[in-house]
Amino acid sequence: MDDSLIITDADFEKFREFFYRKTGIQFETTKRYFVDKRLAERIEATKTRSFRAYFTMLRFEASGEELQQLTNLMTVNETYFFREEYQFECLVKSMLPDIVRRKTDRSPIRIWAIPSSSGEEPYSIAIYLLEYWAGLAHWDVEIVSSDIDTQILSQAKRGFYSERSVSHMPPHLVRKYFTRKGDGYQLSDDVLSAVEFTRVNLHDRADTRSYRDFDVAFCRNLLIYFDDVSRKAAAETLYDALKPGGFVCLGHSESMSRFSSLYKVWNFPDARVYQKPKDV
Amino acid sequence: MKRILIVDDAATVRMYHRNILEAAGYTVEEAVNGIEAIEKSLHQPFDLYVVDINMPKLDGYGFLRELRALDIPQAPAIMVSTEADSSDQVRAYAAGANAYHIKPVKPGQLLTQVKLLVGAAR
Amino acid sequence: MGFVKQHREPASALAEASTERRSFEVLAGELQHADPTVRRWAARDLTDCPEASKALVDRLQREEDNSVREVILSTLTTHGDDIAVGGLVECLRSENVSLRNEAIEAMKQLPKEVAPIMQGLLDDEDSDVRIFAVNVLESLRHPEVESWLIAVIEKDPELNVCATAVDLLGEVGTSAARGPLGRLKARYSGEPYIQFAADVALKRLGGD
Repeated sequence: MDDSLIITDADFEKFREFFYRKTGIQFETTKRYFVDKRLAERIEATKTRSFRAYFTMLRFEASGEELQQLTNLMTVNETYFFREEYQFECLVKSMLPDIVRRKTDRSPIRIWAIPSSSGEEPYSIAIYLLEYWAGLAHWDVEIVSSDIDTQILSQAKRGFYSERSVSHMPPHLVRKYFTRKGDGYQLSDDVLSAVEFTRVNLHDRADTRSYRDFDVAFCRNLLIYFDDVSRKAAAETLYDALKPGGFVCLGHSESMSRFSSLYKVWNFPDARVYQKPKDV
Repeated sequence: MKRILIVDDAATVRMYHRNILEAAGYTVEEAVNGIEAIEKSLHQPFDLYVVDINMPKLDGYGFLRELRALDIPQAPAIMVSTEADSSDQVRAYAAGANAYHIKPVKPGQLLTQVKLLVGAAR
Repeated sequence: MGFVKQHREPASALAEASTERRSFEVLAGELQHADPTVRRWAARDLTDCPEASKALVDRLQREEDNSVREVILSTLTTHGDDIAVGGLVECLRSENVSLRNEAIEAMKQLPKEVAPIMQGLLDDEDSDVRIFAVNVLESLRHPEVESWLIAVIEKDPELNVCATAVDLLGEVGTSAARGPLGRLKARYSGEPYIQFAADVALKRLGGD
């Protein structure tokens, strides 16, 4: 490593506090090597040459683009079936029972998963409900999943996945819902048809305006990559997409405390979720 | 082992309070605003809270009101603020504070107050 | 029972009306509507009306629903004109703590627009306003930030204003802040917090 790229203890402390304030992610001193390495990588890539110059850029860049880049590097974000499964467990054990208890009509329960990415998350929700929620026999459920990227949406609709994508699912469920095809796995039609995919830009009012009356919104590992202003606006958009009492689930390293004060923190045994107040 | 949550948006203030309390044997965690403090309290309730008033997202008053409404084991809260007005103290107590100190707090003053509310560290 | 797909209909007449661009007059009227959802959407759609800052600022001071206030502040941040900034500054004097803190957060997003009035805020006679001004400085990209902070710790008579500035100097300061931090320590030699905070800042400034 170049001498100028040495990150001192004081630098690390400064960075650690700033990153915590911005993202809510707290690095232990034991993560020092991991953090230093990634910082050095970005200092190199941005040609800022020193920690001081890089840190100034990170703090003050109006677009927040570099902070996003760095956050990308610091948080490993890959998608696969049953990722962060505890939230799906929380959905069937806590959120859905609570929603059903408060329901006054027979309309479908509506779930929105954004971003859809290549479909692992919305399909995991469908499989989870089929397997672990008896309420599906009594209630209609509508799963809508959206992404800004039309290419990834077509990929999601195809439902063809790699070995790695399904490797976190119990094998008997892989056998039940997928068929082996060449070097991958094809999702079965009944799960494919359970999800409606739509193209939505969360920043575009024209796109999001008709998204309303959802009981649950999964918005995992997305807001953390936005700048402060768009992140706050996105939390506001989700608020209007939910029914009173509706829930938002964020990724496990994300905290609403950095985005917005609109939601109540909910104390479910399996996961931390956020709720739009019931009385609005 | 008594656990204390320090809720303050200023990093140096958190560090200052942490040092004082840890030196006396208390276990300390931190939160930068009221929402994060609620998240942490729900995860595992604390024995005491040391809370700033002016914070982004959810301020000290709002935090205490929400905390007091939660169905978790309740614990005393010390409000620390730059606001020296008696009306601020009245509001703090109304929101559920058990003590009010004006910043900056002297180490001895903080420790005496903490011991008064929750006893020695162990 | 099971999975269904619905053709999505706009949930209400409101949604239908909102799909067309509505005039400033209509939106300004809806900003006073009894239903907070209508007020939120009006505030959001006023993003398209550059002349809306006055109406938004007026509403902000009276608005009691926190969710509507948040959207108004987002829209004001997008506009970022003099009226918007003036309205935010007014909020700093409010007795409403959440409104005050929301305004600080919004001002942090408007570095260019806030910079010209910063000196005035740092000289304000209300020490609370001066503390909030230092809070805003946290994200202000401006060549003067460090000298402003140094001026605060050299001159401000209020201990807590200095304390807030020291916290930030540790993050943005250079070797130019060393002397002033030393003098601050001497000025408040009996104040353990200032001793501690100044030492932390000095350590962070590093050897340059």
